[in-house]
Amino acid sequence: MSEDTQTVGRSEPIFKASMQWRRIKAHFFVVLGLLSVLLGVVTLLVLLADVIIQSTGWLDWQFFTSFDSRFPERAGIKAALFGTLYMMFFTMLLAVPIGVMSAIYLEEYAGDNWFTQFIQVNIANLAGVPSIVYGLLGLQVFVRWMEMGRSVLAGSCTMALLILPIIIVASREAIRAVPPSMREASFALGASKWETVRHHVLPYALPGMLTGAILAAARAIGETAPLITIGALTFVPFLPEHPLDRFTVLPIQIFNWVSRAQSEFHELAAAGIIVLLVVLIALNSVAIYLRQRLRTKY
Amino acid sequence: MIKVPLKKADAEESTVEAVVTQPAPAELPKDAPMEILDPAVEVNNFSLWYGDFQAVTDVSIGFPRKKITAVIGPSGCGKSTLLRGVNRMNELIGGVRTQGNVLLEGTNIYADTVDPVEVRRRIGMVFQKPNPFPRSIRDNILFGARVNGYQADEDELVEAALRGAALWDEVNHDLKQSGLALSGGQQQRLCIARAIAVSPEVLLMDEPCSALDPIATLKIEDLMRELAKDFTIIIVTHNMQQAARVSDYTAFMLSDDESRGKLIEFGPTSDLFTNPTDERTEAYITGRFG
Ligand SMILES: Nc1ncnc2c1ncn2[C@@H]1O[C@H](COP(=O)(O)OP(=O)(O)OP(=O)(O)O)[C@@H](O)[C@H]1O
Ligand SMILES: [Mg+2]
Repeated sequence: MSEDTQTVGRSEPIFKASMQWRRIKAHFFVVLGLLSVLLGVVTLLVLLADVIIQSTGWLDWQFFTSFDSRFPERAGIKAALFGTLYMMFFTMLLAVPIGVMSAIYLEEYAGDNWFTQFIQVNIANLAGVPSIVYGLLGLQVFVRWMEMGRSVLAGSCTMALLILPIIIVASREAIRAVPPSMREASFALGASKWETVRHHVLPYALPGMLTGAILAAARAIGETAPLITIGALTFVPFLPEHPLDRFTVLPIQIFNWVSRAQSEFHELAAAGIIVLLVVLIALNSVAIYLRQRLRTKY
Repeated sequence: MIKVPLKKADAEESTVEAVVTQPAPAELPKDAPMEILDPAVEVNNFSLWYGDFQAVTDVSIGFPRKKITAVIGPSGCGKSTLLRGVNRMNELIGGVRTQGNVLLEGTNIYADTVDPVEVRRRIGMVFQKPNPFPRSIRDNILFGARVNGYQADEDELVEAALRGAALWDEVNHDLKQSGLALSGGQQQRLCIARAIAVSPEVLLMDEPCSALDPIATLKIEDLMRELAKDFTIIIVTHNMQQAARVSDYTAFMLSDDESRGKLIEFGPTSDLFTNPTDERTEAYITGRFG
């Protein structure tokens, strides 16, 4: 650096910046962004407030311990809550092992050929298929051909199909996030492919897979259309005791109440929505917590 | 120094106590190609392709038993590729094709009957970036031993491997702590401990000090001299001083327009650095290109 640096500052004004105008532009976009955010949040809050106000007085113990009824004051969500749990148990039992195994195969074993690429594209596409299409498929395959009837099991199979792509995609991402250096370290010690997958890839990918599975479960719990299609929209005043029993689930129970004439049923529906929202928010929170806490550090 | 009581054979060699700073290589006529008698690893006319791209061309070299051989050369000349060819790590990448063979104690490790998993147990590897498993120190060391069916006492093995890697005194108070909680230099020594815990015959090291500070580097270099009493060591390094300090033999590789990944010169380190036969070697070690 020399003394004659003044030439830099004193030369011709080639920068014609209007700081004021630039500052206004910057502010403008901040305000616009904030408004967009508020629009979403406020709408959500208004909806939520409306639901909470409607549901006041209905969310009592009796609401959780009663079956549906023609009389609003005697109606409850026992069958729907239990039906959701029962269906989700079998859904996850089917979808998680199949999804995780598919992901392991695709990531670790399958070569990079046209067949795997074909499968890859299809899984991505399946994740975007409207849920009612899964309902139609379930109706034909599980309810009719496999003669499961309008049962819990038919619902679980349909839902498992619906969330399988989500689980596969999430699991593959989790597996891919395991650094190659871990695999190399394992192979260099004389571990086989399976030992490497079993002792390193899977454990390190587990938190990611778990997060994916929980988010997929949340998606399935909120789904209504495919279950209506396979015929779960019925009056169920009992607890399903067998996988082949008829059943109902939370969103369908809510739908059912909303479509009745008396306004009391609409308030009941609001109470049901609160329960559903609490379940979904809880699941999402668990997923976020797992993602933050259990993330493997290498 | 405490020895690693893992290897059965070669008891007479392992009783040597003093650190060999300068090897006494066999006298050979200056411009004859270097012939190593009875090498631990012998690479014969080895070529390797990544798809259509040839990265190593017709390399023949014998790595002397229980010596340290440094592989030097400019970036991208195929040093890592050659090293990974020695324990068949390259196969983990798709589209890799090889020609020629690599003999480990006289057996071709590229033969159809040989399982690469067994090869890698016998030829360990330490990587450029320390890569301990996100597990306890103890589990890091025991993983390789367990999958390879180690039957004897686990605590003994952990202690022997950590002592062998000059890490025991620094970590023995808490073997349950994560390998990732260690410093970079300690992590690299943990990786070395993990590698020697499966009783390999050969240790491959691909720029093992390039991610470390000078003090940690010197520690690893001391350790390598110590390990050379028991293991045949092949180290890839960019650091010419390191090659001169630590190795008994040096191989110089180069890629040019005609062919990639050729072995230009191989010989005792002292000869190669003071009196290189090939002008390209001289140009490289005097820093005139590379
Ligand atoms: N997986 C791969 N696929 C395709 N080409 C590769 C692959 N790995 C290495 N190469 C190429 O092979 C050549 C040799 O690479 P290699 O890593 O062996 O060089 P190197 O001598 O170790 O270099 P450096 O000193 O920079 O580590 C390079 O041109 C590189 O681009
Ligand atoms: Mg390299």
